[in-house]
Amino acid sequence: MTAVHFNAIYTHSDDVVSRVIEGEVIIVPLVSGIGDADDDLFSLNETGRDIWQRLDGQTTVADILDALAGEYDAPRDTIAAETTALLSELLARGMIREKRD
Amino acid sequence: MIPRIDVELTERCDNNCAHCYINQPAADSQIQARELNTAAWKEILQQAADLGALTVRFTGGEPLLRDDFKDLYIFARRLGMKVQIFTNGRRVTPQLAALLSHMPPLEKVEVTLYGTTQTSYEAVSRARGSFQQAMRGIELLKQELVPFIVKGVLLPQNEEDLPLLEGFARTVHGMDQPPAIPMFLEKRARRDCSACNERIEALRPIPEKIVEMIVQRHTNALDEWRQLVETRHQVPGPKLFSCGAGTTVAVDAYGVAQPCLALRAPELCFDLSQGSIADAMRHFKKMAALEAGHPDYLTRCSRCFLKSLCEQCPARSWSEHGNLDQPVDYLCRLTHAQAEKAGIIELGDKAWLKKKE
Repeated sequence: MTAVHFNAIYTHSDDVVSRVIEGEVIIVPLVSGIGDADDDLFSLNETGRDIWQRLDGQTTVADILDALAGEYDAPRDTIAAETTALLSELLARGMIREKRD
Repeated sequence: MIPRIDVELTERCDNNCAHCYINQPAADSQIQARELNTAAWKEILQQAADLGALTVRFTGGEPLLRDDFKDLYIFARRLGMKVQIFTNGRRVTPQLAALLSHMPPLEKVEVTLYGTTQTSYEAVSRARGSFQQAMRGIELLKQELVPFIVKGVLLPQNEEDLPLLEGFARTVHGMDQPPAIPMFLEKRARRDCSACNERIEALRPIPEKIVEMIVQRHTNALDEWRQLVETRHQVPGPKLFSCGAGTTVAVDAYGVAQPCLALRAPELCFDLSQGSIADAMRHFKKMAALEAGHPDYLTRCSRCFLKSLCEQCPARSWSEHGNLDQPVDYLCRLTHAQAEKAGIIELGDKAWLKKKE
């Protein structure tokens, strides 16, 4: 599992294109080596979409968690666990990257 | 919303296959001048993406003849589309293969291979040097690990070569099915050449031969046909369209939107110079209500419980007869040959006169 840092700011990789089709976010790899296989699209459910859209290159993971905790009726620990799990997977697939400026 | 778009980038082709329903000479500058330019194609692709299309099929003619192919390919991919390429492989260059490796199409490239020897291939393509170029293109795809499949076509010129094609296909990494070998040869899509149509008709294998070849190659074919008829034996009635035509869009080389790649009847098509893809989709909606009026269709097809097995459709009627509802006799004979072989009907039966037992 790729480590996710709460202070980190993540942004969408330039090697993917995200599409919103009928409410679903579909992440389409542009180059080889993204994801599990070269023909794999990656789709996000509603919560995943919410997280993906907050990866704006300006907001830390901690701030994202705060925002989600305010919107979703779930324990913060649960939100944190699911969010970091998704971010870890997106990082491992090369679909997001840490913004270091 | 549309799931995909088919794009016929050009009707021109560097092959000159005897059976082809669309090909125009590669160097025909008048035809080339009529083709949509790069900007127009990009606008169409953008519209399709805005409507949700996830896949674009680039076909032709030979789409790699377009000087702007790489530009359009990259544009489509950056829209977040998967790209399916239908090609004869002759124009695959090291640069293109490298691009397809670095920025994979996310759909397997489909290469039509007309034969596995120069003799058999060029007897079909009627283009000197085409076999070597096609094999080189395939080799480049292999070297760059670009996923692809090969498929063929059944003609007297390459019939004996088919086992070799199937053997070659087994060497293609990731090709987990036998190569598709269409056996129905469609007449000219533009109805532009009577001599071509006579030639195509003469090249069509007799239906019983097609059935034998299918059964030899697909051990489950008879069971599949029986099951298909068993589950979908309701007589179709006069409604013309029960397929997916009109739920996606195909665009020809000159910017005319069609409800499917094969259907070019002018009254069903939409000139995109007069509107958008969304307008075309609204235009296609009228198709759903269309009913057949041709007496042969009403007597036969609309009452036939083998309809699910049959490739008869308005597109076939259009290229065969120039209307939407006159049955294609060849397809009727082929379907009946399949049904006879599978024991669904007796020899000589006409399914439209029988009820499904």
